[in-house]
Amino acid sequence: MSTATVLKTETEADVSWQTLCIKSDLVAFSGVAAWIETAEGPAQVALFYLPGHETELYAVDHHDPFANANVIARGIVGDLKGQPVVASPIYKQHFRLKDGVCLEDESVQLRTWPVRFEGDQVMIAIEAL
Amino acid sequence: MNISHSDKQQLIVIGNGMVGHHLVEQLVERGATEAYRIIVFGEERHLAYDRVHLSEYFAGRDAESLALCASDYYAEHGIELRLSEAVTGIDRDNGEVVTDKGRYAYDRLVLATGSYPFVPPIPGNDRPNCLVYRTLEDLDAIRAAAEKATTGVVVGGGLLGLEAANALRGLNLDTAVVEFAPRLMPMQVDSEGGELLREKIESLGVQVLTERATQRIEDGGASFHRMVFQDDKVLETDLIVFSAGIRPRDELARECGLEMGERGGVVIDDHCLTSDPAILAVGEVALWNNSIFGLVGPGYQMAKAAAYTLTQGELTFRGADMSTKLKLLGVDVGSIGDAHGDRSPGARMFRYLDQIKQEYRKLVVSSDGKKLLGAMLVGDNSYYDTLMQYYSNGLELPEDPASLILPSTEGAPALGADALPETATICSCHNVTKGDVCASIDAGCTDLGAVKLETKASTGCGGCAALLKSVVDHELESRGVEVDKSICEHFAYTRQELYGIVRVEGIKTFSELIEKHGSSQTQGLGCDICKPAVASILASCFNEPITDASHIPLQDTNDTFMANMQKNGTYSVVPRVPGGEITPDKLIALGEVAKKYQLYTKITGGQRVDLFGAQLHDLPDIWQELIDAGFETGHAYGKATRTVKSCVGSTWCRYGVQDSVGMALHIENRYKGLRSPHKLKFAVSGCTRECAEAQSKDVGVIATENGWNLYVCGNGGMRPRHAELFATDLDDETLIKYIDRFLMFYIRTADRLQRTSVWRENLDGGLDYLKDVIIHDSLGIGEELESQMQEVVDRYECEWANALKDPAKLKRFRSYVNDDRPDPNIIVTEERGQLRPA
Ligand code: SRM
Ligand SMILES: Cc1cc2nc3c(=O)[nH]c(=O)nc-3n(C[C@H](O)[C@H](O)[C@H](O)COP(=O)(O)OP(=O)(O)OC[C@H]3O[C@@H](n4cnc5c(N)ncnc54)[C@H](O)[C@@H]3O)c2cc1C
Ligand code: SF4
Ligand code: FES
Repeated sequence: MSTATVLKTETEADVSWQTLCIKSDLVAFSGVAAWIETAEGPAQVALFYLPGHETELYAVDHHDPFANANVIARGIVGDLKGQPVVASPIYKQHFRLKDGVCLEDESVQLRTWPVRFEGDQVMIAIEAL
Repeated sequence: MNISHSDKQQLIVIGNGMVGHHLVEQLVERGATEAYRIIVFGEERHLAYDRVHLSEYFAGRDAESLALCASDYYAEHGIELRLSEAVTGIDRDNGEVVTDKGRYAYDRLVLATGSYPFVPPIPGNDRPNCLVYRTLEDLDAIRAAAEKATTGVVVGGGLLGLEAANALRGLNLDTAVVEFAPRLMPMQVDSEGGELLREKIESLGVQVLTERATQRIEDGGASFHRMVFQDDKVLETDLIVFSAGIRPRDELARECGLEMGERGGVVIDDHCLTSDPAILAVGEVALWNNSIFGLVGPGYQMAKAAAYTLTQGELTFRGADMSTKLKLLGVDVGSIGDAHGDRSPGARMFRYLDQIKQEYRKLVVSSDGKKLLGAMLVGDNSYYDTLMQYYSNGLELPEDPASLILPSTEGAPALGADALPETATICSCHNVTKGDVCASIDAGCTDLGAVKLETKASTGCGGCAALLKSVVDHELESRGVEVDKSICEHFAYTRQELYGIVRVEGIKTFSELIEKHGSSQTQGLGCDICKPAVASILASCFNEPITDASHIPLQDTNDTFMANMQKNGTYSVVPRVPGGEITPDKLIALGEVAKKYQLYTKITGGQRVDLFGAQLHDLPDIWQELIDAGFETGHAYGKATRTVKSCVGSTWCRYGVQDSVGMALHIENRYKGLRSPHKLKFAVSGCTRECAEAQSKDVGVIATENGWNLYVCGNGGMRPRHAELFATDLDDETLIKYIDRFLMFYIRTADRLQRTSVWRENLDGGLDYLKDVIIHDSLGIGEELESQMQEVVDRYECEWANALKDPAKLKRFRSYVNDDRPDPNIIVTEERGQLRPA
């Protein structure tokens, strides 16, 4: 099984890779939520796992900017126009997993983080504190 | 330079804006390049672009994508396009136009110079960072200025002013609109409408100041500018955009002595000819019948007429409709005909105002109430298309015209595409009638895209898109052409076809279905349309637990967590209370659980109790306690059997003729857990007094002296529909047999998210057909339907009980996989002795 990262490698210099959880915490073709500590304080990320796909792991904000609730990990994962997306479970807007951009309103964007497997560990890159 | 050709006449077009470009296209279409050598002058450096969608430049579109044609279009047709070259004079005596670069002879000349934004003569209006909103260059200047600004003011609260305000807001400026009139958009709306508009716009954080006349602009203290108003009030801002109306760019015409209107504009006749027959004018510079038309649609109509005039055609410009429908700052505004009712003596009005939903609608009708003269809409433009058809085609209004603007459960009233006459205008930008659309279909267009290409309909402002689609769909269907009804981009099938495939091939997982039958163009993940639809089909057929690993990614969040998501991300819990009958012990248990987990408690409209505010990670514990007390899941979250409402019936009631509670329990226990295209509700009443309201349910049962009457396809909710009497005086067994068949037939043939009521209304052959299938077994599938139902019934297991047995499934119910912290975003407050979201 391949490992994958979301962001370009040049940002990796000033980030630190932290263990987020283990593979069996993930739900295939769906999402789970986790806490991380960032330079701006604690944040909630939604982790999506697409086994067998070119990019298998994605991490985006768990916070839904439209509903102002922490629910993104509980949305349905799919692909639209060839791009993996998650649909907010509350008002159903679609967010591209790759860059967090909302398809219905491109001025809205979820944050994204690079994530990858290291063996059984799920690692996330967070900008150095 | 003085070029002139012997064989061809020379045609010069001044202005390469929207209308000037449209004129060129029309000329090309009419083969005018044979007779004319055409030169076009454009002052801007860009090829003609879509000014109507100018604001999208800020949203990332560039000049190229806004361009109205490919960059080689002009060259390809042998037309000389001279951009960045303004015409500075017209020498009519010698038949020449003058630019900085030279003189060019013309035989015919067209003025398409458009208009410029009016900047009120206020001292200080020429300060830096005082800008206008008309061209791409204006937008570049605004963007540059905004980088150093934190606040912006738009002077002018009309249509373009609000568009500019939206743009400033998008550039992250604190934005205000200053309007001279007592309300916003005084041209389009009245004071009620204006007030609503103000509320809506203020709620978006844009400050609205009306009845403000700016006296002067000077150096500010905290900001770059200070605006001083008539009452000496002041407003400070870094950036000012003037949008106080437009004025025709008629300076060339004025200087060369063409006839002008009193307040500007080049006078034209129906052929778009000016007072000099060698010269024509089109677009916003032209004054026809004393009117300037500040919209692109009328400009295009002039361009077409002018092209005919130049090629000896027989088409004239006879004025144009100024009706508009816009979305400004996300607010719908529509204005049709004489929207104010002040141009039509004797006119009468209907008005509808909803201050909660912030909607306002007004109709202006003729004194006999038969014709629509005008209309005004604020807040919801879905009423526009139908009203526009009544207005523009002079259709006779319905008996009660108010029904056209009153809110209805069916949404805005629609005039069916077939009700429109052939002459009905579908697209006013390109003047395309229903007849034109039909002709394009007869000429071989077989889908919406082809019709758009052929007729240009819906390629202007886009306001007619929905209407065009419905006309095209209707016309294609009536010609027997298949209209694409695929449920989404992942499957080229309808729900009904997918159901058939699943049944026939015995497919049990989504991945198998998409692998074998999905579209190859996608990544094979499905989407939030097809996944829940397929999940529902699989459950209706095989009734495997929806929390099984292969089914869980398909479910909406409610099904995933077997609870209903609330607006703050918490969930509600609704245990099943069959027939609404509950023991005191169970009631107490409900109360105890609610108390322990601090859940808000409410009796539902479905005769059971809803517990609100549970956090994801508490759901398993809550359910363990409920199951220990004898409860089962109530499927309040699923498109599934909900409740069977009952009245107390013959056991207690002095009128009851059958045991309605007993039958309700029997029905609820039989169909609980049944998933279907939409939710299913039932009720059983003990006599004709109908205390259980069975005639509003998908399946209603009413006791008679001799047994049961069965009603089907009722609905409460958004669009109430009375259930229809289906069969009378049935014994218990036949009653269940008919319900089995009825439900399975619905599940087999309904569309996704189609309640039985809507399904029934779309069923060819109606109730009689349904009776034939269910009662007389005309399709010979009665037994099959019954046995399919029996399979589902036999497989029933409470989903919550199933999940609680399986640690792997329970892992899913963690709010966070790496931390036990609760969600800090969930904040509650106390009201009437219970907690609710703050
Ligand atoms: C709780 C309850 C209101 C109450 O406090 O009484 C309720 C609450 C909701 N209703 Fe309802 N409906 C409730 C009885 C009704 C009734 C009355 C009845 O069943 O007798 C109706 C009209 C009858 C009918 O459906 O024909 C009703 C018509 C709707 C509709 C409109 C359906 C329609 O066909 O027009 C929706 C929206 C939908 O399903 O698309 C809806 C949707 C909802 C949803 C699921 C909206 C949502 O997505 O969040 C609400 C969530 C409940 C929750 O979080 O637990 N609810 N809803 C009632 C729960 C009954 C139960 O015990 O399960
Ligand atoms: C932000 C915005 C939003 C709008 N939204 C809508 C809408 O939703 N619906 C709608 O119907 N209309 C809308 N309009 C109006 C619509 O854009 C105009 O009606 C349309 O562009 C008029 O076309 P025109 O060719 O007459 O003028 P223009 O498009 O202005 O073109 C005139 C061109 O002539 C050039 N020119 C002028 N003088 C000379 C000269 N001496 N030499 C050479 N070139 C010259 C100008 O530089 C300009 O490029 C909107 C306008 C703006 C600014
Ligand atoms: S429907 Fe008839 S039996 Fe049932 S409670 Fe009402 S009156 Fe009594
Ligand atoms: S009405 Fe403007 S595009 Fe059709």
